[in-house]
Order: sequence, then structure tokens, then C-alpha cells
Amino acid sequence: MRMYCRQIFLALALLVSFTGQVLAAQDADNLKALTSQLIAANYAEKEQLAGQIAALDDERVLPILSALLEGELFYKKDDEQILIVKGDAINNAFSGDAVDVPGKRDKKKIGVNNSLRGELRSLIARAQINSRKESVRLDAAANLLKNSADVELTLVNEALAKETSSDVKDILSLVRGLILLKSEDQAERITALELLDGSLYPEVRASLNQFISGFSEEEIKTRKTEYTAATKSLASIETLVEMNGYIENLYFGLALGAVLLLAAIGLAITFGVMGVINMAHGEMIMLGAYTTYVVQQLMPDHTGLSLVVSIPAAFLVAGAVGVAIERGVIRHLYGRPLETLLATFGISLILQQAVRSVFSPLNREVATPDWMAGTFMLNPALELTWNRLYIIIFSLLVLATLALVLKRTLFGLQMRAVTMNRPMASSMGIRTGWVDALTFGLGSGIAGIAGVALSQLTNVGPNLGQAYIIDSFMVVVFGGVGNLWGTLVAAMSLGVANKIFEPIAGAVLAKILVLVFIILFIQKRPRGLFALKGRAVENG
Amino acid sequence: MTRNDNMGPLTRLLMNDAQGRKLLMVLVALAVIIPFCNLVFPQDSFFHISTYTMTLLGKYLCYALLAIAVDLIWGYCGILSLGHGAFFALGGYAMGMYLMRQIGDRGVYGNAELPDFMVFLNWQELPWYWFGFDQFWFAMLMVLLAPGILAFVFGFLAFRSRVTGVYLSIITQAMTYALLLAFFRNDMGFGGNNGLTDFKDILGYSLQSDNTRAALFIASVLAVIIGYLISRFIVTSKLGRVLVAIRDAESRARFLGYRVEYYKLFVFVVSSMLAGVAGALYVPQVGIINPGEFAPINSIEIIIWVAVGGRGSLYGAVIGAVLVNYAKTYFTGAFAELWLFMLGGLFVLTTLWLPKGVVGLWAQIKEKQQIRKAGSAAANASAQGDVS
Repeated sequence: MRMYCRQIFLALALLVSFTGQVLAAQDADNLKALTSQLIAANYAEKEQLAGQIAALDDERVLPILSALLEGELFYKKDDEQILIVKGDAINNAFSGDAVDVPGKRDKKKIGVNNSLRGELRSLIARAQINSRKESVRLDAAANLLKNSADVELTLVNEALAKETSSDVKDILSLVRGLILLKSEDQAERITALELLDGSLYPEVRASLNQFISGFSEEEIKTRKTEYTAATKSLASIETLVEMNGYIENLYFGLALGAVLLLAAIGLAITFGVMGVINMAHGEMIMLGAYTTYVVQQLMPDHTGLSLVVSIPAAFLVAGAVGVAIERGVIRHLYGRPLETLLATFGISLILQQAVRSVFSPLNREVATPDWMAGTFMLNPALELTWNRLYIIIFSLLVLATLALVLKRTLFGLQMRAVTMNRPMASSMGIRTGWVDALTFGLGSGIAGIAGVALSQLTNVGPNLGQAYIIDSFMVVVFGGVGNLWGTLVAAMSLGVANKIFEPIAGAVLAKILVLVFIILFIQKRPRGLFALKGRAVENG
Repeated sequence: MTRNDNMGPLTRLLMNDAQGRKLLMVLVALAVIIPFCNLVFPQDSFFHISTYTMTLLGKYLCYALLAIAVDLIWGYCGILSLGHGAFFALGGYAMGMYLMRQIGDRGVYGNAELPDFMVFLNWQELPWYWFGFDQFWFAMLMVLLAPGILAFVFGFLAFRSRVTGVYLSIITQAMTYALLLAFFRNDMGFGGNNGLTDFKDILGYSLQSDNTRAALFIASVLAVIIGYLISRFIVTSKLGRVLVAIRDAESRARFLGYRVEYYKLFVFVVSSMLAGVAGALYVPQVGIINPGEFAPINSIEIIIWVAVGGRGSLYGAVIGAVLVNYAKTYFTGAFAELWLFMLGGLFVLTTLWLPKGVVGLWAQIKEKQQIRKAGSAAANASAQGDVS
């Protein structure tokens, strides 16, 4: 009986979609009428009504059917207005206007049972695949691919015949292939194998695997062409997937490298250029992350904007703290690196405890704007997250800006002059004390910017900085002190190395391996990958 | 060696060390008085010292020995190790493994061969590196060898390729960090996150009894005394002078023909072994060893003990360790929030204004006065010069 109904509705649906626009106005009226009938109908009638609704050519059909499926379709008791209720938002199902329903009891849900739900799902799939919007059809096709076992071949064939978009067509023909693969007819199976060849969708791989394992010893001989074709395309798919896995690993590695780079750039200035061991560097990152948190609290409705505002804010906060540290403590300790290390470590403890006292020791939640969440798909086997891409780009931008500041600005020139030859710079009229303070502030400020980025990736807590301090030092030392380019190469290679070891050895062991590697590397080349040559070495 | 043979160098060692003599006398007095007060006087007596206090003091003494070890390399040879906690923890783990084996079948799972956590992880047999730890002598050997070998390999590589100064500090920190991560892994077979604990007895004596605690306390005092004497012997010997020369001008010492790396390696290994012994005495007194001991911050804290006490004076290291740790016990109990502020402040203040630590404070004040006196005398002289 149900099958029969379905066919009728399908026919209806096709009829309606073919007759097109002319009937649209009429459909709108029908939609209202049919939907209103849902209120009084029993479940069997509701199934019929739903079918009739699905057959209408109106863009409001899909939301109404989905709402019915999700149990979000209500009606108002007094005037029998149909409502769609999503959380606290109550809207008229047809006009979309907000409706004021004073009491909880003034509206009533339009009930659904399991049989109706099943019916609704297939109706929705049908309506979607016939939708006028390409994106909806694409989603629908992907859905069919996921549930290809329950899809009828006729539906796919019809959709394929009408389809104009090649993206949707590709997926639909895969669905067709998946269905045909189960066919009894050998010719159809071979067509299926041709259709499926080279596709990276996990569903295709799974059913090919299933298909191959279904062969008995004897069948392998009798159905040789099929078997070889299937194994061959599976093997080629597998290699492709594996390659994509490598690319994904590389991507993760680069993203980790970008995080390391961000954390280490500031240190490359304070440690690399000035030679100051700043153990409070991690706390500058933490301050940046907390600045992001505070800015977000100040403008809770604009997550994206707050993130943009946070970048200069974090730079200023961390930079100011950096200048204060330099003027207050480090200034007195130049030339005594070990003492500097201890004093800045003390500062890091104080900053941590200060944050703990002000913001509580618990982690703080920093919201992620929509455009950073989610993934983008390069191909079905390779889905990459947006936030990592942004981090990579951001870190490179920061590095480039810093390089520009160092190379092209007066401040950068003075800074380099002071690090090369302090007395000479001083005698040329450069206020070396101020340059020191500003340089340290710059390094700290960049650490603060790193904190903004990290707030999007990890928990913002008082110990945030501690997690990165050792890594940052490793990057700077590995890359070669006083060399931004070295820092970039070191950060990226350490990030990628970490992610390459990870699947083989596990996350922790990978980290240990990388640490041991650096320890050994420093033995071999104590000045890092790109060591400064000449006089500067002797002063280090 | 009999005691008489030892008298010669020992008296010579102590003749020129007035503070050292005082320190040793205090230590000996502690070793006698505290166990006596703990064991002889009844609980409610005024003179009774609780087992808790005694164990706490014992813990401080272990820290003191650790501070001596760090001062030996940092104060006298300029090697700032930010990973000495690792040697301490390794010694502790060696002891912990012995104590673990001593539990026998009294564990929760009642397995005579395997410690509880291995039964829990479904391990069938003892890993090879656990063999021998049921023997006390072997465990004690490992207390010395495990940190010693690590220090030897690490130091050999580092000193040979002339990794010095802050670079060395950073890679020692990386070393202890790597070990921290490693010991956190359950697969390592050292109890993972929880470490080794639930110890029952040592050499057949219950760890809960006051007598054992007193014996451990006395052992800690002895360890500090012996550690002090060894270090003192090293720094007053000719080798010690070379070490100081390396500290002050490494390349000059090298140009004079000293094999700098071997001197450094020797003192680094000795120091690591002292740290290992400190760890081994620490574990039975606190009753647990876990990977947290490898945390880089612990190693850095040792540095501050030495810095507060007075870098480059062995008895100063002892004083610093006890002072800072007493302050830590007091403040974490009374004002937990304030402790990190205090500790951080200590770091900043000592490095800025107390380069010689507490023990150098007096000399520092005196020096200031002299400078002021000399300054005013000079000012007077120049004033007179102007008049005439």
C-alpha cells in the first residue's frame, strides 16, 4: 500500500515540477489548505497529506516537512495558525513572521509516529533532489550517497536525467553505481564498476570492499573481469586515499608549525635579537589570550569583530607589560643571561598567579566566529578545517610584518644597530635604552598576538603559556638565534615532523622523539640551523 | 677505610671551613635530638616532636642535598642545569621500584610478582628493567647509576660539543620535559600518571612506624653531611679550582690546556648522583613518586633555593633549601594564593639585589658601607683639594 502511494506521489511530484510556474500560485493556496488539514488528520491521513504537500511546487514545502519530521510543527489553538517552533523562536509556517504565543498551552504539536517519519524522510529526499536550488540538490545527493541502500534506482535515474549541474550529476551517478553494484545482472555490475572507478568517497570504498569480499574462490575464476576491475579500482582508490592522508598530515603539521611559529616569533626577537632569556614569554601569550577573552566579554554580540579588535589590543597589553618588565627588571641584568632567566621565571610565576587571582584558575571560554569554524572539502577523502588555514596564513602575515618592521622602518634600523654595536649606536645618537625597551615590547606584543590565535585553538587558562615556552625555545634554538627565516623553517619542520611521527609512534612519543632530536641536534650544531657567522657569534 | 685514615683529610677539610663546621654541628645535633624527642617523649609532652614534623624536616634535608648538588655545578662550575629534578626523580624512581617490589602480594590484586598497576594494565610478566629491584643493594646501585649514566651521556654529548650557558640550560630543561612526558606514559612501566605509591616497608621495617621514620631521618642527615663533605672536598681540591676557573673564563681555562669538558662532565655526574641519592631518600619519606617530579618548574625551583641561600657557597645552598621550603610549607598552608607571588618575587629580588644570597647579605652590607665610607672620604679629600 505504501509503495503504491509513494509511486502516486512521485508521479504527482513529477507532474507538478513539469507543469512549472503556472501552477505556482495555485500551489501556494493548496499548501495552506493541505497543511491545515494536518491538524485534524490521523496518522494514515497525515501520510497522504504529507505526500500531497511534497508534490507541491513551493519553496516552503521543505521547511514545513522538515519541521514536521523534527516535531517542530505546531498550531495555535485559537486560530489554528500553523507554526514552526525552533527553540524560543515561533514563526508562522507560511509567512515566516514571528508569532506571539503567550502561554505554553496555547499551541499544540502536530504529532508524528515512526511510520510517518520514514515516509517524511523519503519525501524530503525526493523534494530536495528536485529542488530548484543547486546547493540543496547537492546536499540531497550527498545524503542519497550515504544511504544508498534505501534508495530506489528509478529515483536516481530520473534525477540524473533532469540534472544539469555536473557536481550533482557526479554524485548521483556514484549513487547509481552503488545501487547497480548490487544488481543481479553482470553487465550492470560492470557499468557500476566503471561508474565507481576513482571515486574517493568512503561509501564507495566500503561497498567495493564488501563487493570483493563477497567473491568465493570459484567466483573469482568465473567472474574474472568483474573481480579484476573491482580490485584494480579499489587499489587505485586506496593509493589516492593514502596520498590524501599524507596531505592531511602535512596540513596538520604545517598548522602545528604555524602555532609554534607564532609562539616563537616573539621569542626570536627577545631571545634571538636581544639575547634576553625571557621565561615569561609564555605568559605574554597567555596575556594575549586573556585579552581576547576580555574583549569578547565587552562585545559579546560581535564574535568576529571582537577577534579583529583583540589583535591590536593583545599587542598593546602584552607589549606594555613587556616594556614594564624590561624597564623594571631586565635592564639591570644585561650581560647576566642566567640571572635574567631566573628573574623572568619569577615574573612568569607572578603573572600566572595574578591571572589566577583575577580570572579564577578555571579555563575561560573564548567563542570562535562562524567563519573560522567548520571545514572545507578538497575532495571526499580530504576535509580540512578552516581555523588551521587561518592560523597558517595569520602566522605568515605576522612574520612578514615583523620582517618588514625590522628591515624597512627606522625603529628596525635602530634596533639592528643596537644589537650589532651598542656603543657605536649610542654614539650616533640612538637612545639605546629606549630601543631596548621597545624591542622587548615588540617581542612581547607579538607573543600577545600569538595568544589571540591560540585562544581559538586551545583552552584559555593560566597555564596556557607554560605549554608553549619549551617548544618556543626549541624552535628558536633549532632555527638559529637571531634569524627570522631560521625560525620559520624550524617551526614548520618541527610541526611537520611531530605530525609525521604521530601516527607511527603516538602523540606523546612523537613529542619526545622531536625533543630528543633537538637535544642531539644542538650537540651537533650548537648555533642552530642558520647560525649567524662572524663576530656576533663570539658575543653570544 | 677506617676512621683514623679518614681523619687527616677530613680535619684539613674542616679546618678552613668555619661555616661548614657550624652547619655540620647543627646537622649532627638534629640527627640526635629530633629522633630522640620523637621516640622518647610521649605524645603530649612539651618536648615531643611529631612524626609529621620529623618527616617534613627529613624532606627538607633531601632538598638540601639536592641544593648542594645544584650548587656544586652552578655555583662552582657555572653549569645552570634546569633539569636536575630529573636526576632527583630518577633516584626516587629507583628507590620506588625497590619499595614496590617489597609490597609483594600485599597489593590490592595480591600478585606476588607484579606491582598493582601492571596487573591493572594486564601485563603478564615483569619488564626486564624491573629485574633486580627486589634486592636492596641493586636498587641502591641504580639510585647512583641511573642518574649518573644519564648525566654522563647527556653531559658527554653536551660538553664535548661545547653547548654552554643558556643553551645548556634550555636543553637540560628539554631533557626533563621529555622524561616527564615519557614517564606519564603507561607503556613505560613506571606506573604512568599515578607513579609508584602504597609502599609498605623498607628492608623489612614498616614505613609507617616511628622507628623507621627516625632511621630515615638520620639517614637523610648523614646523606647531607656526606654530600656536603664530598662537595666540599671537590671544590677545595685542585680540581675545584679548575672548575672555578672554567666558571669564570671557560675559554681561558681551555687555552691553558685543561680539558674543560672532562672537568665539567665529572662534576656534572657527581652532582647528578647526589641528586639521585636525595631522591631515593625523599621517596620513602613522602611515600610516593610520580612523573610530576620531572616537571620543569621543580627543577627551576631548586635553582631558586640555591640562589636565595647563596650561589657558590655549599652551606648557603642548604640554608636556602630549608628556608624556601619552610616558607613554601607555611605559605601554601596559610595563604595559598600568595605563595606563587612570593616565589616569583623571590626570584626577582634575589637576582636583582641578592646576587650572593642570604649568606652573602652581611658581606654585601659591609661592602656597601665601605664603599660609602670610601666615597665620603674621597669626597672629603676632593673637597679639601678644592679648598687648597
